[in-house]
Amino acid sequence: MKHLSIVTGALLASVALTSVAQAQTTLSMWYHGAGNEGEAKVLNQIITDFNASQADWTVELQSFPQAAYNDSVVAGALAGNLPDILDVDGPVMPNWAWAGYMQPLQIDETKIANFLPGPKGMWDGKLYSIGLWDAAVALVTRKSTLEELGLRTPTLAEPWSLEEFNGAMAAAKASGKYEYALDLGMAWTGEWYPYAFSPFLQSFGGDMVDRSSYKTAEGALNGDAAMAFGNWWQGLFTQGYAQATQDPADRDNGFGAGKYAFSWNGNWAALGALKAFDDTVFLPAPNFGAGAKIGAASWQFGVSAKSAHPDGASAFIEFALQDKYLADFANTTGLIPATATAAAMTENYKDGGPLSVFYGMTEANALVRPVTPGYVVESKVFEKALADIANGADVAGTLDAATDEINADIEKNAGYGH
Amino acid sequence: MAFSSDTHRLRLAVRYVVLCLIAVIFVFPLVFMVVSSLKPDQQLLADTASLRAFLPVGDISLDNYWAAFRRAPVALFVMNSVIITGVTVALSLFFCSTAAFAFVFVNWKGRDLILSIILATLIVPFETIAIPLLLISSKLPWIGLDGVTVGWLNSYRVQIIPFIVDGLTVFLFVQFFKDLPSELIEAARVEGASWFQIYRRIVMPLSGPVLATAAILKFLAMYNQYLWPLMVVQEEGYRPVMVGLQYFFQLNRAWGEIMAYLSLITVPVLAFYLYLQKAFIASIASTGVKG
Repeated sequence: MKHLSIVTGALLASVALTSVAQAQTTLSMWYHGAGNEGEAKVLNQIITDFNASQADWTVELQSFPQAAYNDSVVAGALAGNLPDILDVDGPVMPNWAWAGYMQPLQIDETKIANFLPGPKGMWDGKLYSIGLWDAAVALVTRKSTLEELGLRTPTLAEPWSLEEFNGAMAAAKASGKYEYALDLGMAWTGEWYPYAFSPFLQSFGGDMVDRSSYKTAEGALNGDAAMAFGNWWQGLFTQGYAQATQDPADRDNGFGAGKYAFSWNGNWAALGALKAFDDTVFLPAPNFGAGAKIGAASWQFGVSAKSAHPDGASAFIEFALQDKYLADFANTTGLIPATATAAAMTENYKDGGPLSVFYGMTEANALVRPVTPGYVVESKVFEKALADIANGADVAGTLDAATDEINADIEKNAGYGH
Repeated sequence: MAFSSDTHRLRLAVRYVVLCLIAVIFVFPLVFMVVSSLKPDQQLLADTASLRAFLPVGDISLDNYWAAFRRAPVALFVMNSVIITGVTVALSLFFCSTAAFAFVFVNWKGRDLILSIILATLIVPFETIAIPLLLISSKLPWIGLDGVTVGWLNSYRVQIIPFIVDGLTVFLFVQFFKDLPSELIEAARVEGASWFQIYRRIVMPLSGPVLATAAILKFLAMYNQYLWPLMVVQEEGYRPVMVGLQYFFQLNRAWGEIMAYLSLITVPVLAFYLYLQKAFIASIASTGVKG
């Protein structure tokens, strides 16, 4: 009798559990972080917590390597095989929304009121994606280098001017201590160019496209400010301050090995720089006339247009926006938490933390890349133009050609819905 | 005589020196890869500036290999690639050789036209047909253990079937078969052999060299597949090695792990080469005896 009741109890329990499991609708999710153990650990924890927190949805994760992710999503969209939840690089989001791969999020926007602007993926007046973190770029150097070269330490309130920046490059070169004054990261092709270098152009007063209409690059990419930027950019290489072609090993290891006085690098590499020298400092971007600028917007979560359960997908994303998860990601990856309250929960970004300066840089200087579906083309045209100018191409001719190419693409796509 | 012998020795020595130099040039990248896989990143990058890059010196360990296995399911990727490549090569050798046999030895209407069309596919880059192929593959039906399903995405078959027959492999077999003595085929026909018997008992045993060549070319093309699996496979369980390589290209690249992964995925390629090298030599030897 006792055995019978145990068996009956077990059967009832298993039926009950099965019923719960069956009641849950599966939401598929694609993520770009395959191979990144830290990110995978945090994301899996969020998914486990979400699945256990309610009875309606079960999120199933499929991770892709970052370099292959965008192509996989585009192929998936072509084949009608997109998941419910996907993540998207901030500047690419408008293209995917415009192309019909994504739909607006169904989350209460008051819940993201305290988020940094970069992680909020807005397109056509609607929130399509939201990020748990942002990234920032700084001019990395050593306190001892600044002292040896007799340079003022710039601050967010008083960044280096163009003259001061150029003076710093000249002083580093004249010291004879370094192979090059500046490591720009020329070995990192692709999105690094528009992310890291378009803020220089914007600080001169130019841009990749005219943001007032997003229908032309005329004047923005080939006007006086852009010309001044192009000549300055080329000067970095002709004067021997930086190398136009860089060995990837130098990018990874050159600053730590003392080959460069300064390195233009992201916060994701900051802990490594701190490990290399105990007097490493992170300087804010210089102001070349139109204000100091750095890029903004990193990877964000969104809902695919094909999803039959946008409410469930949005519920998961809203769940992931808790400060504790933002802090977990920041602690694991070194990226900047999207809120000040989450930053205060981290070792690196809390007040006095070794990377807290990056939070301030993002707050003060961040400018999202052009919010337009055409960005995916504009970024590639910009990258090629900058590489050509660095290698000696005529500045005016190259910028004019880039402007024409961007304009032709905008025209071909009927203005991309602007 | 002595002068002639010395000259011969000198020529031989020069020849060996040149051959050794060429061998070294080809082997150095492999040596660099394997040696680098044993070094920590800092040392690996520092050593690239000197000959130490080719020497297993300094802080040597298998740590990069363990880290590579932690970062990605390496064994799964290698197994997937071996399955996809092995099955495709085997099926390709059969179907392409039978097609070439029909083009060379069997008279049928439209033969030359069809062969021309197949050869014309040689000038069409895969990238141009990738998207139509993706759209077709995503809608094709399949009968499996789950019954009839629609769509081939996320499977081995979608990575195998579209590549079984290709213009280059058919062309290789056609060219080789044309050089076989036609008397052999005619004699067999007179003796009453069927076409398939002639294919299996006469033509194939004489085709060792072209089988080896076609197998090697097909193996390399399939093992190095990247674009197609990227488009048609979203599930990790079906990813091949080249897509897996991308797992190691994070923002902060772990070069030692990349070298360890590359060393591991090179093993099947080398094994296949060594295996076919023997088969290749044996086939030439046996063909010579028969000839």
